[in-house]
Amino acid sequence: MKRNSLLRIFIAITLLVMPLLLAAMLSSKGLLSQLEARNVSPSWSHPFGTDWLGRDMLTRTMKGLALSIGVGTIASITSAIIAGCLGLMAATLGKTADRIITWLIDCFLSVPHLVLLLLIAFSIGGGIKGVIIAIAFTHWPSLARLLRAEILAMKSAQFVLVSKQLGKSSWWIATRHLLPHLLPQFIVGALLMFPHAILHEAALTFLGMGLSPHQPAIGIILSESMKFISAGMCWLALFPGLCLFFVVRSFDMLARSLYAFIDPNRLRH
Amino acid sequence: MRFTTLLFRQLLKLILLLACVSSVTFVLMSKSPIDPIQAYIGADILRVGEEQRVAIAEHWGLNDPPLQRFTAWFSSIVQGDLGTSMIYRQPVIDIIQEKFQSSISLLLIAWLLSGIIGFAAGIAAAMKRGTWLDRIIQWYCYALSSTPTFWAALLLLLIFTVWLPIFPVGLGAPVGVTTDQVTWLDRAYHMVLPAVTLSLTGISGIALHTREKMIEVLASDYILFARAKGEEGMRLVSRHGLRNILLPAITLQFASFSELFGGAVLIEQVFSYPGLGQATVEASTKGDVPLLMGIVLFSAVFVFVGNSIAEWTYRIVDPRIKEGYKLEA
Amino acid sequence: MHLLDIQQLSISFETYDYRLRKRTMPVIQKLSLSVHAGEILAIVGASGSGKSLLAHAILGLLPDNAVLSGRLSFEGQALTPERQQQLRGKQLALIPQSVQYLDPLMRVGKQVEQAVRIGDARLERQKAFERFRLPQEAAAKYPFQLSGGMARRVLVSIAAVSGAKLLIADEPTPGLDDQVAQETLRTFQQMAKIGSTILFITHDLIAAAQIADRIAVLHSGELMEIAPASSFTGNGDALMHPYTRALWQALPQNQFMDAKGWQQ
Repeated sequence: MKRNSLLRIFIAITLLVMPLLLAAMLSSKGLLSQLEARNVSPSWSHPFGTDWLGRDMLTRTMKGLALSIGVGTIASITSAIIAGCLGLMAATLGKTADRIITWLIDCFLSVPHLVLLLLIAFSIGGGIKGVIIAIAFTHWPSLARLLRAEILAMKSAQFVLVSKQLGKSSWWIATRHLLPHLLPQFIVGALLMFPHAILHEAALTFLGMGLSPHQPAIGIILSESMKFISAGMCWLALFPGLCLFFVVRSFDMLARSLYAFIDPNRLRH
Repeated sequence: MRFTTLLFRQLLKLILLLACVSSVTFVLMSKSPIDPIQAYIGADILRVGEEQRVAIAEHWGLNDPPLQRFTAWFSSIVQGDLGTSMIYRQPVIDIIQEKFQSSISLLLIAWLLSGIIGFAAGIAAAMKRGTWLDRIIQWYCYALSSTPTFWAALLLLLIFTVWLPIFPVGLGAPVGVTTDQVTWLDRAYHMVLPAVTLSLTGISGIALHTREKMIEVLASDYILFARAKGEEGMRLVSRHGLRNILLPAITLQFASFSELFGGAVLIEQVFSYPGLGQATVEASTKGDVPLLMGIVLFSAVFVFVGNSIAEWTYRIVDPRIKEGYKLEA
Repeated sequence: MHLLDIQQLSISFETYDYRLRKRTMPVIQKLSLSVHAGEILAIVGASGSGKSLLAHAILGLLPDNAVLSGRLSFEGQALTPERQQQLRGKQLALIPQSVQYLDPLMRVGKQVEQAVRIGDARLERQKAFERFRLPQEAAAKYPFQLSGGMARRVLVSIAAVSGAKLLIADEPTPGLDDQVAQETLRTFQQMAKIGSTILFITHDLIAAAQIADRIAVLHSGELMEIAPASSFTGNGDALMHPYTRALWQALPQNQFMDAKGWQQ
């Protein structure tokens, strides 16, 4: 079973690195309008076809994916750090801090995620900056809640109480007992944020909160393709979306396989 | 505890939540670099002179100190006045009401569909655990949760309106027909595809959760004993299994109002369906501050209602808790 | 004729070790015993000696990773999985250990009624409650509301209303106070008197000696000895196997002696 997980991790990483490599390798020429090559369906020279401005869809898709992965990474890491800090604070700084942070978590979770994202992105003025900040500051509640629960549970666990009795310092307990148990959960939880962050980035740019129509974001590509669906140019929507699906799925698979690898006992069947 | 006390407590919680959400929203809005006047007037901004801009700012109280603005806004909210939408030039509360009426049937049908299909799929997967059916269902759920909602919607739009022209391309009613001539059937026809697409997004959550709970139940002692009594197959499941997992499933469904609303925003955009979701997008892209704030508050209430029902379902239906309460009283 | 015949029964489990290789763990080895109609046969052994598994094996309720060999027959005919499915709840009944074997979301009266095989369900349930001294109002209660003794009586009612010829009682006495435990044992005696056969699985040798006709002693999955209950008196001289004798003598009521040699 472990070999299975390793294989999956390998596949996932490959699928993730490919767009990044391709994005770097493909020249930006593909992004420019080439009016002679408009509306070409998928062919040898344009594997993903071209759009109504003659732009190569493969280039646009790969660059868009690279952007999505980048945005997703930055936002997820930020969210994870926030979640870690707040979760830790809630569980260790006493009852008032706990109450405040729990209340804050409830507040964040009380508004539909997408609505909150739109609100924040709007108030920052839109653009890539708005998208990143919005995503970064709204994904932390679930992970924070999880960490808080885990730390609280462990604080009253047998082996911790025993260590305390034996006179071990809190620092020792924290690093020797709590950290090894928490770290895998934290890493997996943070990794699981990536697929959500990327999907949300795509959703926000799709809805128009993103940026200039020339910068290739997957959401923008897909929203533009909407106008051409009736015209039968299905490749405009099909391939970019499919690639996005594979990227998200790869992150998801990566996180789950890593979890299975680290902690096979907790494998859910 | 008596019902009225519980209800009162819940209402208090809601008010506190709304106060918190509204303050945060207000702060965000005031920090927004978007110039509300520009957003309101749009392209005509060049035609508006300086004096007029000052007059508009005065009229809206834009130059007042923030706290004054907030209290003015908050007090009017409490009185039920959510302001006037800039895009639609109508009271926000009317807009929300109208749009929600449009969306409600969409939301309801999608919610029911995803609940029923997800539940059935979860049970089937658990009962045929390890077989190809189980694997397919699981794989499908994981794939679905990684799929961008709007892309799935686009694909379905492509398949069912272009390749196989069964359904209309979008909107809530036929084009070029006046409102009073739009029939119930017309509306239903336009609603089918969006509703089905929206339901797809909710299936994976409940399917996987139900499957897990069902596997737990099937491995439990009371199922063993039921088998020892000679019960088996579907009869066994319907007698003992269903009851024990119906409750967690229903609770989960009610707690999923948040995802439902979010999904509706995207789906309505793809299908150009004139509901609350589309209104949210309009408000945020066009900078309609009052409408956006109103929608944020409304959605918070929506989610809160869902979560409260989820909590209460458990309290009311699980006899262990119900009878426990009775014993207390 | 024997009601239940067990010949050379071996049960093992397939598991995966930490290197994910398949391993087979034997639990019961070449067990042979027979149960006479109308008797109370006690199977005594320490925890982990495979007693509960025997009950599940007879009923055909072993988990999927169990490997079975040997022969089981009931009333002279082989007990195939199909036959076990047919007989469960009708001729073979289980009296499980505790209240957690009852459906927590169903009223106990209904659970008893669902087990009735002959006659009107409600009537039989009422008769059973009367017989086992349960108040009729208890029928409306949920399992979590029952006291230990009441739960025990409900479980016995379920087995009784099925009209089964063979009742398998799995650890009926642990956790019950003396009075309730004694009452449970008396109930079994009553049921045996009216013709039921009882397979009484326990680690409580004293309880077994009180009501059983014969006692089978299990150790680490192997049958050590079957002796009539009358042999379990005094010094245990009438007992043949040194293990059984040591077991008897180790009891606090007897010499409370340590046995020489090691125990697994």
